[in-house]
Amino acid sequence: MPGSVLILGGRSDIGLATAHVFAAAGHNIQLAARHAQTLSAEQTDLAVRYGVNVDLVEFDALDTAHHEAFAKALPVLPDIVICAVGVLGNQAADEKNLSSAIQVMRSNYEGPAAILSVFADLFEARGSGTIVGISSVAGDRGRATNYIYGSAKAGFTAFLSGLRNRLARKGVHVLTVLPGFVATRMTEQLDLPKALTAEPKEVALAIERAVKGKRNTIYVRPVWALIMLIIRSIPEAIFKRLRL
Amino acid sequence: MILSGWGNFPRLDACLLRPRNLGDLRLALSRGPLIARGNGRAYGDSAINPAQTIDMRSFNRMCAFDSTSGQLIAEAGVLLADIISVFLPRGWFPAVTPGTKFVTLGGMIAADVHGKNHHCDGSIRNFVDWIEILDGNGNTRKCSREEDPSLFEFTIGGMGLTGVILRAAIRLRPVESGYIAQDLRPAATLSDAIRLFDENPTASYSVAWIDCLARGQKMGRSLVMFGEHATRADLPAERRDKPFSIPARRAKSFPFDAPSFVLNPWSLALFNEAYYRNGRRRAGRSLLDWDAYFYPLDSIHDWNRLYGRKGFAQFQCVLPLASSDLGMRVLLDTISKSGQDSFLAVLKRFGAEGGGLSFPMEGYSLALDFPIHRNTIDLLKRLDSIVLDFGGRFYLAKDARMSADVFSRSEQRRAAFLDTRTKEGWRSHFTSAQSERLGI
Repeated sequence: MPGSVLILGGRSDIGLATAHVFAAAGHNIQLAARHAQTLSAEQTDLAVRYGVNVDLVEFDALDTAHHEAFAKALPVLPDIVICAVGVLGNQAADEKNLSSAIQVMRSNYEGPAAILSVFADLFEARGSGTIVGISSVAGDRGRATNYIYGSAKAGFTAFLSGLRNRLARKGVHVLTVLPGFVATRMTEQLDLPKALTAEPKEVALAIERAVKGKRNTIYVRPVWALIMLIIRSIPEAIFKRLRL
Repeated sequence: MILSGWGNFPRLDACLLRPRNLGDLRLALSRGPLIARGNGRAYGDSAINPAQTIDMRSFNRMCAFDSTSGQLIAEAGVLLADIISVFLPRGWFPAVTPGTKFVTLGGMIAADVHGKNHHCDGSIRNFVDWIEILDGNGNTRKCSREEDPSLFEFTIGGMGLTGVILRAAIRLRPVESGYIAQDLRPAATLSDAIRLFDENPTASYSVAWIDCLARGQKMGRSLVMFGEHATRADLPAERRDKPFSIPARRAKSFPFDAPSFVLNPWSLALFNEAYYRNGRRRAGRSLLDWDAYFYPLDSIHDWNRLYGRKGFAQFQCVLPLASSDLGMRVLLDTISKSGQDSFLAVLKRFGAEGGGLSFPMEGYSLALDFPIHRNTIDLLKRLDSIVLDFGGRFYLAKDARMSADVFSRSEQRRAAFLDTRTKEGWRSHFTSAQSERLGI
């Protein structure tokens, strides 16, 4: 019997697509989100399609004070936890509004890092488990057009890399996922280039492969590795003058 | 954005919305008339409303499955491909399937799709138990043969013009394997093909590929394909343990719009000659997996781009049984004389007519597709009038350019549909480019 999978941010398009892919492979699923009960149609859908057990669990990524209690109260301690929590924000507006900027920082770094810290300890104690963090290529280098979101994702990427380092000899696998552009609700207002934009299902399948293959960091579409290599290689003196 | 059907003709500037829930959908409804769209497989302008086209693919959840009766309840945006991938491994297959699995449940009901088993089982109408619809006032209404039967009848085959299909209950059929035992029979002439259909009325599936370029003696030569769901015992020993798993096929994509000279009379003649000869050589019995048998074109994603940027027009008509042989002959003769040739031509025997505005009637159906050239529309108009002369009608899911006049002459049920649409207020809420063109 494949292990159970907890999806944090289970309402997001990537989170749900990942639930489908893992449920199709026979994993039981726990979908964690705010107002989790409103996901009952998704719960039924997964159960009808794949005949797996699906639980809905109430979860607020920003309510870090209750993260430990949340993890302990789960019906079962999952074998795989996938964090798809995040918000894009609106760079231009957030620059002028500190509280909404902080909301973006907390949602993309503080909340995800806090809850994964909890699971890191539980998995370490058990001596097994897989932690998947969905970060972003935006964290590879700060750019004027989305550095609030990007900086939080940069923090999350660094957190995951540190966690991997810490848990490497403890039987716990940590996977960092850098999706690039994905066609989701989060990006539906943006005009994204088709060749660089993945469907949520593509991200989910890449995650499944990388979990099986015990990969460390993946770019969902390989072209993004090249793009980000170039972006990271541009000297700062030039980079700061570019419009990206 | 520019929107078109699968034929890439016509291309219309339309506003495409993708609601996520009933609230979004009601909001759109309050703003004005709209049409629901599934996976965009209708060929023409059936699922386009320039002001508001509603992409229903976010409504894609399955709600329940009864493994005794085979009844599936699902939202309208669920893809047939998903239904197959979920239920075939459990021994269930769609009771009726069109020629592509990339259609939505809502789209199948709206077009009242038929398959290669129409002569036995009828269209999908016969396997729909109930439908839940969003009406013009934003209320959900459930309809079935017992409850609100007029709404039910007109919704199936109603091209989305009775409301937005939200959910439906359909019945799947039990199967023992994912394979089809096919019997391929060449027919040297149209009459031979019709005779083959007539002699095999109990074959579960039957369809013919027809060489519409062949003239004179050879006119109407075809490959008639009969099929039965293979039982476990029909499978080779090594497949019996896993009767539902089929060899994986690599999906290919047609990556660009082909230049319009690719499909020309010479290349088509060569193709048809080769296809017929190859078919004649392979005649007889063989075992095909469900994907290869029902959906040969699905393995080439975006095959519609083969027809180039100008797109293509599908033409599908049905002629009543009594006039089929002669009528088909006249149609084929007109096509072959026009010098405009159809790449895919499919002949199919239909069973009895359904209700509402459903396309099929007892007789023979011919489906063709023509790359859009200067003279294509003229040819199609000539074909229209032949169909009218022989008392036939046209498939709205494939239509992109028929005139309101031709439609009303072909369809005696038009008046009743239009009356109901007006009386129920559907006409002021649900309209498509096609419904406006056809005056319904």
